[in-house]
Amino acid sequence: MSNAAKATAIDPMTKLADSTTSVPPDTAGEAFASAAGPSALLRVVYVGLLVLVLAAPVIGLYPVFVMKLLCFALFACAFNLLLGFTGLLSFGHAAFFGMGAYVAGWCIKSAGWSPELGIVGGAVIGAGLGLLFGLVAIRRQGIYFAMITLAMAQMVFFFCLQAKFTGGEDGLQGVPRGKLLGLLPLETDIVMYYVVAAIFIGCFLGIRRIVTSPFGQVLKMIRENEPRAISLGYEVDRYKLLAFVLSAGLAGLAGSLKTLVMGFATLSDVHWSMSGEVILMSLLGGVGTFLGPVIGSGIVVALQDTLADKVGEWVTVIIGAIFVVCVLAFRKGVVGEVHAYMERRRARS
Amino acid sequence: MEIFGIPLQAFLGQLMLGLVNGAFYAMLSLGLAVIFGLLDIVNFAHGALYMLGAFAAWIMLDQWGVNYWFALVLAPLVVGTLGVVIERTFLKHLYGLDPLYGLLLTFGLSLILEGVFRYQYGASGQSYPVPDLLSGATNLGFMVLPNYRAWVVVASLAVCLGTWFLIERTRLGAYLRAGTENAKLVQAFGVNVPMMVMLTYGAGAALAALAGVLAAPIIQVSPLMGSNLIIVVFAVVVIGGMGSILGSVVTGLGLGVIEGMTRVFYPEASSVIVFVVMVIVLVLRPAGLFGKEA
Repeated sequence: MSNAAKATAIDPMTKLADSTTSVPPDTAGEAFASAAGPSALLRVVYVGLLVLVLAAPVIGLYPVFVMKLLCFALFACAFNLLLGFTGLLSFGHAAFFGMGAYVAGWCIKSAGWSPELGIVGGAVIGAGLGLLFGLVAIRRQGIYFAMITLAMAQMVFFFCLQAKFTGGEDGLQGVPRGKLLGLLPLETDIVMYYVVAAIFIGCFLGIRRIVTSPFGQVLKMIRENEPRAISLGYEVDRYKLLAFVLSAGLAGLAGSLKTLVMGFATLSDVHWSMSGEVILMSLLGGVGTFLGPVIGSGIVVALQDTLADKVGEWVTVIIGAIFVVCVLAFRKGVVGEVHAYMERRRARS
Repeated sequence: MEIFGIPLQAFLGQLMLGLVNGAFYAMLSLGLAVIFGLLDIVNFAHGALYMLGAFAAWIMLDQWGVNYWFALVLAPLVVGTLGVVIERTFLKHLYGLDPLYGLLLTFGLSLILEGVFRYQYGASGQSYPVPDLLSGATNLGFMVLPNYRAWVVVASLAVCLGTWFLIERTRLGAYLRAGTENAKLVQAFGVNVPMMVMLTYGAGAALAALAGVLAAPIIQVSPLMGSNLIIVVFAVVVIGGMGSILGSVVTGLGLGVIEGMTRVFYPEASSVIVFVVMVIVLVLRPAGLFGKEA
């Protein structure tokens, strides 16, 4: 079967992570070329969101909810680093998130580590696991990559189900927040909130830096045209592997933060449906944009939170339906559509 | 008599169970391969369609008293029709796009199907009785063979071979293979390709449903039975490669047996052994055992 031939025949505009090919403002240096217009608006949006994040507890938003949202936003951003900017669809990111959550929880609760060490531990485990996954999965491309990561994540799920330290079906409960660096009492929601917000903003800027760096440019080249990148002499597999490890490490960090915030880590963190959720967050918000995953995770988490008590079992159905609608009619996602609209308007004027 | 310290009876029993599981892997990965060949879509909903097949049989028996043998024909027909509807309403909009979109769309569909059934029937399983004709067991002297399990292996092998014959040895199959290579050219020769694509997806769905009906008396019929299986089948597909029909049948059966053997000698690893094999194969032979693509 000539699937390889078919894959190359696909119009680049229809590639999964196409938002940035047609929509420059959010990425790379192009934004600076047109200081007015969309990029000015973008700056307003960024500042607005920053103010919203910093002021959230003051204006009466429930801090634990916003913290949970930020954890998932970080998770989605980490995932998007891989799908949006490298063009690799991982269907196994729950493994990094969930293992990060478990390991951080275990380190803090059972081994008595301080919270900052626990979080670092979760991130390191995520990255290490990402290295293992990456070494195997990058041997195949496209759709196989997705299937391999899904299968390996299932392996991690079964490991967590059977291992002693995860608490099996019960999960890890009652993980104490402790004191950050022995100083800041994280048990107070407001302190915890600003720590989470700071970590999130730091990671978000870090991801932006990675993508706009020369390394990030190579990643985008791999996404757009892998054979070309190879012919130009880049060791594509190394770049892919590093991107995978970075993404997995950040996902592990997101998982361990989540454990610290919520106080528990359970099997649902490492289940394949979590991998599906993070894909949905990126897709809904806009694959290959910086803000997309943040917006997408905001929508999904808010939806789950409001729907959970009203419709119960139907949440899965609704999530599935959003998936279908997104793929059929909304492939650019919220941010991508806004970009496209701005582009069209600019082209007209 | 003992083999490696395991009673022969238990050993052969697990071997048989492994063959049964392998038969399901074979049937499902076969359907995945056929659909992927023509539609360029990895059908995540395959597990959900398998679950639908089992549920269709169970509902038919529970509500209208339709027996197993009629269900064996009717359930695949119903689910196959649903497959045609799915192809016409959803999948046909995705042709020419990155295949990853197909995976995501069918993932969404399987969430919907599973969610609806979980709402309706709960997460626990329903039991489906073994048909009278196949109940009981035959004593082969060296082991007691449950009749139904033997039937499952024989029936699914027959179905797999039939599919192989249809695709590799008939005119319709030749169109199908030609469509896999170059759909535009085949259409230029006057073959109704969209119709062929639609029926292929329907047939793949029917095949999954048939596997579901066959599985119904052995396992609990539950809304989650499909998603647990489909991930293993994905690993099987990665190991075997989707290029060869007989390859996927052999891989499916082989992995079922390996899994059965693991259950005998090291039960803790039985749920992950297929994934471990996948990793080993990928390290040694990245293209898969029968794969042609890079």
